[in-house]
Amino acid sequence: MAPQVGLFIPCYIDQLYPQVGIASLKILEHFGADVEYPESQTCCGQPMANTGCTNEVGPLALRFLEIFKSYDAVVCPSGSCVSMVKHHYDEYLGDHPDYKRLKEKTFEFCEYLTGPMGIKKLDGQFPHKVGLHQSCHGLRELRLASSSEVVGEPFGNARELLESIEGVEITTLQRPDECCGFGGTFAVAEEAVSCMMGEDRVYDHEQAGTEVLTALDMSCLMHMDGIIRRQKKPIRVMHIAEIFAECL
Amino acid sequence: MPSHPKLAEAFVKDKERAKWHDQSLWFVRSKRDKAVHQLPEWELLREQASKIKSYVISHLPDLLEQFEKNATAKGVHVHWARDAKEHNEIVHSILEKHQVKRVVKSKSMLTEECHLNPYLERHGIEIVDTDLGEWIVQLQDKPPSHIVMPAIHIKKEEIGELFHEKLGTEKGASDPQYLTESARQHLRRKFIEADAGITGVNFAIADTGGFVVCTNEGNADLGTSLNKLHIACMGIEKLIPRADDLGVFLRLLARSATGQPITTYSSHFHGPKPDGEMHIVLLDNGRSEISGSDEFRRSLNCIRCGACMNTCPVYRRSGGYSYSNTIPGPIGSILGPAHDTKKHSSLPFACSLCASCTDVCPVKIDLHHQLLTWRKEIRLKGLLPFSKRLSMKMMGWMMQAPRLYQFAGTCARWVVPYLPRFLLYNRFNAWGKQRELPDIPKQSFREWMKKNHDRK
Repeated sequence: MAPQVGLFIPCYIDQLYPQVGIASLKILEHFGADVEYPESQTCCGQPMANTGCTNEVGPLALRFLEIFKSYDAVVCPSGSCVSMVKHHYDEYLGDHPDYKRLKEKTFEFCEYLTGPMGIKKLDGQFPHKVGLHQSCHGLRELRLASSSEVVGEPFGNARELLESIEGVEITTLQRPDECCGFGGTFAVAEEAVSCMMGEDRVYDHEQAGTEVLTALDMSCLMHMDGIIRRQKKPIRVMHIAEIFAECL
Repeated sequence: MPSHPKLAEAFVKDKERAKWHDQSLWFVRSKRDKAVHQLPEWELLREQASKIKSYVISHLPDLLEQFEKNATAKGVHVHWARDAKEHNEIVHSILEKHQVKRVVKSKSMLTEECHLNPYLERHGIEIVDTDLGEWIVQLQDKPPSHIVMPAIHIKKEEIGELFHEKLGTEKGASDPQYLTESARQHLRRKFIEADAGITGVNFAIADTGGFVVCTNEGNADLGTSLNKLHIACMGIEKLIPRADDLGVFLRLLARSATGQPITTYSSHFHGPKPDGEMHIVLLDNGRSEISGSDEFRRSLNCIRCGACMNTCPVYRRSGGYSYSNTIPGPIGSILGPAHDTKKHSSLPFACSLCASCTDVCPVKIDLHHQLLTWRKEIRLKGLLPFSKRLSMKMMGWMMQAPRLYQFAGTCARWVVPYLPRFLLYNRFNAWGKQRELPDIPKQSFREWMKKNHDRK
């Protein structure tokens, strides 16, 4: 029997980007996962935690654990929310007997595909110049790919999976993994710097010839898409799961 | 005092300048990358440095005493300063005793922290910063905007203007070589006229009692060689246990700071010269308190290389002055609130939590985690703005009630698509100032699931 996957869909994807949740579900099921979406889930608590409001996070962390603890794996199309669960729940759930196991079985979407599911190649075609935005929490907290600061062999499973699709050409950026400037409440609290950071990322993709801008996190893309649409740039924004689903 | 977002917004307003500032610092970050990627053992060095520094911070009293004993045996006068005031008084009393009227000083962020220059000037002593960048900001009567490159925010044309006004160089000159040569000639006179030299300290070695000052301009050597009196000012965290450890730090420091394999001068001081006098002032100024904190102790590992500033996407686009703290950037946003939480309460939020600082830090300070911890402290101390506190409380409350959360989403889907643009995009919507809001979908993911997904 296939392991039972609890699909963790971040609140903003649920409400604003349902197509990303649908794409993630389709891909997981396509490769034979037994997926369930527990409906009582809401938010992992990251916005409150990153604002310092820990009182508000504790109950949400406990809810999350109760909702997802029975699954064999928890999979989520957002590196940032996964990082919240894996790296920032300790102060709320550190003593809970089920937390250690939850940490081990929570995966970012591409991480689950290339790791436990063993997917190395995707069929189908996507004849586009694709710009891969390396979302910071997936990169520097979950270490899903090598970051430009750290000395070592380069790696990145999501990139490899993307490259395995016929027609995909990944664009070369001047700054391969600089932050887009979303940063949760930072995006509004430090609006000026946040938007300049976003503009600079978009410009980097523009000069590199990116047609489709993708990432493992929809939040970074929401921010950059907001700039792209305001400035009417010819770049389409898609979550990586949407690209995979389009290849099915 | 204006908060970081306000000062940052003013800096970003001059887009061209903010871009230029970002690119200048990114250039330094790129040089750093090139230099460190040539060393396969780089991560090992970082690990080793981090362990040595952690050892130092947890054995600070013993190592300081060892250092004092060994330095005193070398004929160095060692002084202890509890805070900036004591530090300045000690330095002044030494200078007064020697009837010093003119001092040359090589780069030292510690004396900036203590505001030593204005203090000495008030007491009738001329003090000249001899590091070119620091001298430029001194001529402007401003503090450094970066701890390694104090004048990184000033364009060469502006330096030409400043030199024309202050030194009488040709009007409109902006050739770096010409300007540097003028500065050199001018500073040379200051070196010769001075009666004492003050330096900072990069590394003080407990088991020898010696210390090392790193410069690229040789100004520390000149300032101390020409004078009989040398006063070195250091924070108590600048210790390393053994001379053997020095190699680790010298390899890390310059590569992280500027991408050089080593600073042009690494000057070792082991006691006064014959008929000279050498003093070391050891400053605490809140450091022992930080060393007692489990959360923030690691911030004392800092060797002041400035790499976290060069890589910080916020620092690069908001400039050093937007932090209103002697040390700006990520490390400054940790040290600032430790010194005065209320005054610096916006600094830990001047960060997108991208963690690039943590990855470049040569002594592996978990900078972004400490910034996050500061946010919690600020919330606990009641210093979080009311709007943030309220919105997070409401969000936390809603997220604990899935029905309410769903209902709010449904309402938004009914209402938002029909709202006229001016109701969505106005001065209350900071998101929408330069960005479009996402389009509201017809249904949420959970609604789609209910209709389309078979429960097995």
